[in-house]
Amino acid sequence: MKFMDEYRDAASVRALAGRIRGITTRPWTIMEVCGGQTHTIVRFGIDELLPKEITLVHGPGCPVCVTPAELIDKAIDIASRSDVIFCSFGDMIRVPGTKENLFSVKARGGDVRVVYSPLDALKLAAANREREVVFFAVGFETTAPANAMAVYQARRQNIKNFSLLVSHVLVPPAIEAILSSPENRVQGFLAAGHVCTVMGYEEYRPIAERYNVPIVVTGFEPYDILQGVYMCVTQLEEGRSVVENAYTRAVRREGNVKAQELIREVFCVVERKWRGIGEIPRSGLGLRDEYIEFDAERRFGVAGGTSEDTSECISGLILQGVKKPHECPAFGTRCTPDRPLGATMVSSEGACAAYYRYRRFSSKET
Amino acid sequence: MADESNERKKFVLSCPIPITEYPRIVLGHGGGGTLSHALIEKMFVPSFKNPFLDARHDGAVFEIGGRKVAFTTDSYVVRPIFFPGGDIGTLAVNGTVNDLVMCGARPLFISAGLVLEEGLPMETLWRIVQSMKNSAEAAGVAIVTGDTKVVDKGKGDLIFINTSGVGVIEGDHSIAPKNVRPGDVVLINGDIGRHGMAVMSQREGLEFDAAIQSDCAPLAEIVLKLLATGVEVHCLRDLTRGGLASAVVEIAGTAGVQIDLDESAIPVSGSVRAACEFLGLDPIYVANEGRFIAIVAAKDAGRAVEALRSHPLGAEARPIGTVSDRRAGLVTLRTTIGTQAIVDMLSGEQLPRIC
Repeated sequence: MKFMDEYRDAASVRALAGRIRGITTRPWTIMEVCGGQTHTIVRFGIDELLPKEITLVHGPGCPVCVTPAELIDKAIDIASRSDVIFCSFGDMIRVPGTKENLFSVKARGGDVRVVYSPLDALKLAAANREREVVFFAVGFETTAPANAMAVYQARRQNIKNFSLLVSHVLVPPAIEAILSSPENRVQGFLAAGHVCTVMGYEEYRPIAERYNVPIVVTGFEPYDILQGVYMCVTQLEEGRSVVENAYTRAVRREGNVKAQELIREVFCVVERKWRGIGEIPRSGLGLRDEYIEFDAERRFGVAGGTSEDTSECISGLILQGVKKPHECPAFGTRCTPDRPLGATMVSSEGACAAYYRYRRFSSKET
Repeated sequence: MADESNERKKFVLSCPIPITEYPRIVLGHGGGGTLSHALIEKMFVPSFKNPFLDARHDGAVFEIGGRKVAFTTDSYVVRPIFFPGGDIGTLAVNGTVNDLVMCGARPLFISAGLVLEEGLPMETLWRIVQSMKNSAEAAGVAIVTGDTKVVDKGKGDLIFINTSGVGVIEGDHSIAPKNVRPGDVVLINGDIGRHGMAVMSQREGLEFDAAIQSDCAPLAEIVLKLLATGVEVHCLRDLTRGGLASAVVEIAGTAGVQIDLDESAIPVSGSVRAACEFLGLDPIYVANEGRFIAIVAAKDAGRAVEALRSHPLGAEARPIGTVSDRRAGLVTLRTTIGTQAIVDMLSGEQLPRIC
């Protein structure tokens, strides 16, 4: 396919990997933030191509993985109501809360539907005025504009039976949380390209300066990832730490200003709990007071309350890049995609699920 | 790494917990992935245990009066019931015809059980019945017995169809997963992913304007033509629910062989690829209704490809992988960038990614 094949071309991918080997003189640990990038890395076995000095660790950028269990429990509570049509992106339906997942609610007769856009959920609300339509608004800055648009349109069109269960998270505070942890071993970041398509990359500049860490805005195809790694290693080897853009075909410095305005119109920055990691200040988005009538937590009285994962899941350490999936004793044995102990084993963007599905091995072992 | 992988495989085969932790049936149990598989392996096979089921084939093969006969059944539930390139009627006939063909049989007779939802427009039923008639004629089978039931409105999804089929195996072909041998070559008859994406393009909330037609087609003619050439065919499998990946993983497991696929060789049309990219789906897991793999002896691979290509449904036929005895049950994919990845069955249906 045009505009994609060239980023999966074996010869150019290998040539770029060769250039990375050429400039690498010592060990570096680099984190790709986004789950989509983790998926590409593991699906295509990108790390097989890298010199052994470079370790890629997988970041917290999987929305399904970091949505706290208590929020999924709330989703289950709301979705179980007979007056509710509960809409979600596909991946979220399989994620376990503390006891069960949304698939189980559907099996018990709950009206749980997979939609591909929050605006489709809004259409459902307009067509089913006698029922409450709730959309599970998860994701990073990438999904925030469309979710904001749904609420904005709901108010404009006076659709009162629509609401959002919001669990939006933001990338920069997560990067800061990782960097300020005493266990941190990440020396450079591949920032999530699509997040930067929306937000631009100015907000990463203070982080790069304060923590002395290179941050390279990176795309999602094999060549994109290697390009990001190449630019990151170049900086590390040269002792520089600035923000660079390796994904120029999609990302501009200022991002998508219209989308940012829409996010600010509907959402404000709030504290958020990240599954497996805990509370991170100013790390999420919640509905502004002007739009609070569209907040499903309030509408259905499920606000507050916490629940904890009690299992042996170490997804928190994995999401912070401290451990790799196969270092978990439960990986592939007590924890599989069919019986996940934690969310990182559920989503195809989750590091554990990606490892489980595409676990690489060197060709001599096969 | 080797030990880890074996450990995982062992776990999958001998999990002590029945089915999984779902106390009720969820949609994933019908997705053709590991959840479906668990139902079959942990509930159905042990309960109904017999050598025919143990063969893990698309149908049962047995002898009646000295003739080798194949027998199969399948139920069809699809939404929407009309989609680009076919409808539930064409599926119900071709699907069962193809399951017989995959046993190496010439399909002869099929049955049709219709479960109709109260309120189904008569005009809709008529269109479906005409599709069944036309598909049966095209496939050379007769619909010789049937049944109709009506359920209350809201208790069905307009129409469900079950078809069973009987066919005869001519000659002494023995076509089954257990016959796959190290050294064999895996052939495919055409590009993958059309049916799944055609149906998905019509689903509520996803009205993308893709010109993707289902590949739904009867495979009797092309397969019988292949068998008639006398090439050594060890296994045939149509790539329905769960797609190419699930079919190959299943066969590798049953045959106790390793199968290595070459991603660059697997044909995928531009529009299917674009739609899959857009939704975050992998075409090797997307359903087909007119595609199959033939696993043949290496010495005959060239002739087999030629035979397939001489039929319109095999115009794009080609080798996509090889069989070895390196690690039982393992399936790998040589990616487009030349690295190797493991191919596994999905848990249930593929779900679109979030971003």
